[in-house]
Amino acid sequence: MLVIPCPYCGPRPELEFRYGGEAHIARPEDPSTLDDEAWGAFLYLRSNPKGLHAERWRHIHGCARYFNVVRDTISDTILASYKVGEAKPDMDALARILAGGPRAAAGEEKSK
Amino acid sequence: MSGAYRLPSGGRINRQKPISFTFDGKKYQGFEGDTLASALIANGVLLAGRSFKYHRPRGILSAGADEPNALVGVGRDQAHYTPNVRMTMQELYDGLVAESQNRWPSLMFDVGAINDMLSPFFPAGFYYKTFMWPRKAWDAFYEPKIRSMAGLGKAPTEADADRYSQRYAHCDVLVIGGGPAGLAAALAAAESGARVMLADDQPEFGGSLLAETEATIDGKSAIDWVAEMVAALKARANVTLLSRTQAFGYYPHNSIGLSERLTDHLANPPAHLPRERFWTVHAGEVVIAAGSLERPMVFPENDRPGVMLADSARIYVNRYGVKPGKRAVVFTAHDGAYRAALDLKKAGIEIAAIADLRHHPEGPLVEAAKAAGIDVLPGTSVTGTAGRLRVKSATLARIGADGSAMDERQVECDLVLMSGGITPSVHLFSQSKGKLRFDEHLKAYVPGRPAERERSAGACRGLYALSAVIADGFAQGEGAAKSAGFGGVTARTFAVAGTLESDPGSFLGAAPHGRDASRVKAFVDFQNDVTAKDIRLATREGFRSIEHVKRYTTTGMATDQGKTSNMNALGIVSEALERDIPEIGLTTFRPPYTPVSFGAFAGASRGDLFDPVRTTPIHGWAAEQGAAFEDVGIWKRAHYFPKAGEDMHAAVERECKAVRDSVGIFDASTLGKIEVVGKDAATFMNRIYTNAWTKLEPGRLRYGVMLREDGFVMDDGVVGRMADDRFHVTTTTGGAPRVLAHMEDYLQTEWADLEVWLTSTTEEWAVIAVQGPNARKVIEPLVEGIDLSPEAMPHMSVAVGKICGVPTRLFRVSFTGELGFEINVPADYGRAVWEAVFAAGKAYDITPYGTETMHVLRAEKGYIIVGQETDGTAVPDDVGLGWAVGKAKKDFVGKRSIVRDEFQKPDRKQMVGLLTDVPAEVLEEGAQIVADPKQPAPMTVLGQVTSSYMSSVLGHSIALAMVKGGRARLGETLYVPMPGRAIPVKVVEPIFFDKEGVRLNG
Amino acid sequence: MVETAIRTGALDALSARAPAIAAASLRTCPPASRFNFRGRPEAFGPAGEAFGVALPQTACRAASESGRHALWLGPDEWLLIAGDGEAAEIAAKMESALAGLPHSLVEVSHRNTALEIEGSHAADVINSGCPLDLSAKAFPVGMCTRTIFHKAEIVLWRIAENRFRLEVWRSFAAYVWAQLEEARREYGA
Repeated sequence: MLVIPCPYCGPRPELEFRYGGEAHIARPEDPSTLDDEAWGAFLYLRSNPKGLHAERWRHIHGCARYFNVVRDTISDTILASYKVGEAKPDMDALARILAGGPRAAAGEEKSK
Repeated sequence: MSGAYRLPSGGRINRQKPISFTFDGKKYQGFEGDTLASALIANGVLLAGRSFKYHRPRGILSAGADEPNALVGVGRDQAHYTPNVRMTMQELYDGLVAESQNRWPSLMFDVGAINDMLSPFFPAGFYYKTFMWPRKAWDAFYEPKIRSMAGLGKAPTEADADRYSQRYAHCDVLVIGGGPAGLAAALAAAESGARVMLADDQPEFGGSLLAETEATIDGKSAIDWVAEMVAALKARANVTLLSRTQAFGYYPHNSIGLSERLTDHLANPPAHLPRERFWTVHAGEVVIAAGSLERPMVFPENDRPGVMLADSARIYVNRYGVKPGKRAVVFTAHDGAYRAALDLKKAGIEIAAIADLRHHPEGPLVEAAKAAGIDVLPGTSVTGTAGRLRVKSATLARIGADGSAMDERQVECDLVLMSGGITPSVHLFSQSKGKLRFDEHLKAYVPGRPAERERSAGACRGLYALSAVIADGFAQGEGAAKSAGFGGVTARTFAVAGTLESDPGSFLGAAPHGRDASRVKAFVDFQNDVTAKDIRLATREGFRSIEHVKRYTTTGMATDQGKTSNMNALGIVSEALERDIPEIGLTTFRPPYTPVSFGAFAGASRGDLFDPVRTTPIHGWAAEQGAAFEDVGIWKRAHYFPKAGEDMHAAVERECKAVRDSVGIFDASTLGKIEVVGKDAATFMNRIYTNAWTKLEPGRLRYGVMLREDGFVMDDGVVGRMADDRFHVTTTTGGAPRVLAHMEDYLQTEWADLEVWLTSTTEEWAVIAVQGPNARKVIEPLVEGIDLSPEAMPHMSVAVGKICGVPTRLFRVSFTGELGFEINVPADYGRAVWEAVFAAGKAYDITPYGTETMHVLRAEKGYIIVGQETDGTAVPDDVGLGWAVGKAKKDFVGKRSIVRDEFQKPDRKQMVGLLTDVPAEVLEEGAQIVADPKQPAPMTVLGQVTSSYMSSVLGHSIALAMVKGGRARLGETLYVPMPGRAIPVKVVEPIFFDKEGVRLNG
Repeated sequence: MVETAIRTGALDALSARAPAIAAASLRTCPPASRFNFRGRPEAFGPAGEAFGVALPQTACRAASESGRHALWLGPDEWLLIAGDGEAAEIAAKMESALAGLPHSLVEVSHRNTALEIEGSHAADVINSGCPLDLSAKAFPVGMCTRTIFHKAEIVLWRIAENRFRLEVWRSFAAYVWAQLEEARREYGA
């Protein structure tokens, strides 16, 4: 079971959360201005990367807030967690931390 | 007395506590502290079962969790029966009943052993090759036959009467394995102040030290040292010790599955105790100190009862005080077996010879064996064994440089001990997705780069010398604590003496034997009956990947997951393909490490507690009235209220008539409810629903439709405006959580600027629907402060007041087409108000009705049910809800999608009504609809029946359906093909009763 | 005149049959007035003042004052608990104090049922179905949160070292109660 860091409540067990799909896909300000192709892309096209993925989670059985995390889809390591509206973190910097191993990713023993 | 093979002294058994048990109906005695295996060995019994495929007699091979052969069924009755219990793990208790498996009629004489004679016809891949033809025979003959022959134990015939518990736990450092490394690691971590858990699969901690008689640690015997360590750990409040607990799975983010056996060792388990506890442990850091497994030697007839792993034999002697035999031949390529030979000799077992594959074995252990007078035969192999149900002799031969066998001779013995070397238990490390690395000298995979916050310690990472193991354990425990944020551990050394250093070199693969390889069976995987020949055959047939060889031969795929077989299989493939082991790769280790009972996984979630059963405040009343209930999601809803002698049809007909003629009462409490409150409530409603809300006045209701962003109908419900800034939203019963999450999603992530908030009030209100021409007359006397007159309270209005003296939000609304009210009262008052309304309605013969009648009544009116008429691909217009879409609104969720051209096409499936020619013919819901029933299959399908009922008020069956271009087909005759016939149906408007809606006004 | 309807609690029948187990005793809490309060920060102060308990601003913490309790459930959400029968007065007072301020006050007195579990094994019993770390360090006295207990959502609040209050939606109460009974059985020897 994953331990997911909620930006409001701290690290909590996965059972309390609901997955919310890829993050940073904003609903268009005025959907009527989009042609079918652009609207279809908004509805359905997602990046599905092997590696770091910015994604939405909701702490539904906790503070009930939606928020974003960056998770490595290979190892499930979570490298960042931030509130809705905050900027997407520097993914390259996170990739470097990930390469440092599980303890570096957990933010401990960074020097070792 | 407990058996002729019991040593007069020694071992960790309690000789003051004799224990009786039965195996295959025969009574035996053992001692407290025995396993079923050690107690049977004490009685001279080694024959434990028949093998899976060839039904060959098999004996006890090991002394631990890796046992592949000695599997038995244990239990006093079928409700307490466990098949495939490893004898080596089953602690003895008084009255234990065990039976052997996979034999008929008896273990001594088994008809299935004919398979062994026929074995030339059962090569690897036999099933794949043989049962291909004729195709028809597969279902009729092969499959049932194979099924009846397959498997080892028998599943119990009764439901498991035991209870199982689960527990979530957290710690800073979890140590897996309570041997020398694990104990030292736990102590180091504990001294740091970290919260420590230590789990070990045995009843007592100590691991390999429980069988250690020579070594001393800090001047104490190994066993005294263990006792001191355990006492020190027990004394600490920050340590949780779990014995009889197998760590079976390593899952992401350091979550570890543990299975603790609480009562399997007890003769009379107390009723209050669960049988097992399933732990989900979240650990900051994990230390794996899982030890190692001994590898068998692969040689002809190496599966005969009496062939045993050398170190296991040593454990039986030293830990259990039993002799596995009287005269042993030892076959090894590894120093460890010498230690076993020496200990066995000391216990009075004659060592006929040590056959060592190595041509120049040397070192202190070899010297010690020679000094003890043991005949050490270098460059020698065991090339076969003889005996029927037990080894009587072994054939030894010198092996030349070319692998040929010379100077064969038979040596009488009742025990053959084998040891190919040590395999570190890297299973959990590998499950954690850590990368393994092959160590050429150890001939073993050892942990490489970890993927989790984990460390391996001791033998499971290839350290074998006791001093190194303990030191490593302490260091890793300290390191783990430090990584978890704890420090201050005083450095400590442990002085180990009395052990002879051994060379960890070893052998992988099949031993040379010089015999006709096509005629001998040298077993690699004992549990799945896979031989060296099978594996070589697979490589000859073109299998190269070890993953494919594994699946083709089934090696390593039995319940023991190849603990004793995987490395030897790799060695054979490596030799056959002439490629190095690391090039061959390694099969994936998957949880569970050892079998875990279904009961443990289920825990308390079975029977009545499998899922929550949600009931309404009025449920008790309905149950007392004898209502039949149906499951709607996890809600129990009254389905209908049968009177004596009535079936569902009769009850529903009566209930429908009552509502149409006088008045009915219905429990609508399960409807989802959401309170939408705030200055921007109407703006929010405008965006989330298709309808326009701005002009809805407080005190009025509106039917709302909600779409997903892709334009498809998601939910619907009646919404009341309680105040300018407050809406009382209702949703479908099943849709409530989904709708709230959908709303919260938009509110939190897209429209955070809106001043509006959502609160689920589903369970705040009990909802009592009173429907029918007399509805007003029934409730009028109970209501205070609300003018119920049609003028003051027209259809689709809401008022706040009191009913039966308690607060109510009274809705004038109808899902039946009749004059109706929905009385919302605080839930705890629900039952009392219901009973009061029911009493007041007696004068009008008020009739309680259930969900079936509700469905008939709404279908007569053509009201849709989201999820029944809609299936996630219907836009509002498809189901006749185009009128509910606010055309003037610039945007709402789903708007951009429903204006797409695709959704304007006239041939979309549209909701229509269907009438059969024969009034009593009720169509099947889900049945398909075609234009021409005579067309050849596959037919062109126009749509499907979505709702279908007998309408007693109309005297005719009615149906709703989704039909391509349905609204243009009114009046057409279509067909519903059924087996053997086609039912003609007339397409009509989807409203069957009171088309003008006059009855709504009472 | 109509008789005033009487209350029927979700656990009335079950709680009467609960065996006495000192290591994990289980009981229902009396009916209470409850509100779900949500809003913008400018409303937090006046809301707390009108309710009589300052709304805790620290995540997952509860505050109490004279028998009234405010439980932080989310950054803009509190569960307010007061004595039975006080709801109308509280609503009136708070709405008047909050007039013009962005907020939502919704009564949920009957939505929740509350129960308490107390004893040396109370945390173990809860951990039979709740995945949280309930050590005193990770979940100190005064901490509260929504979470999961088996397949039901609960609000868990540590009132004292060995005493927890569980707020659960009415229709899930019997299930939660039965799971607690099942888990505490082993401490009843």
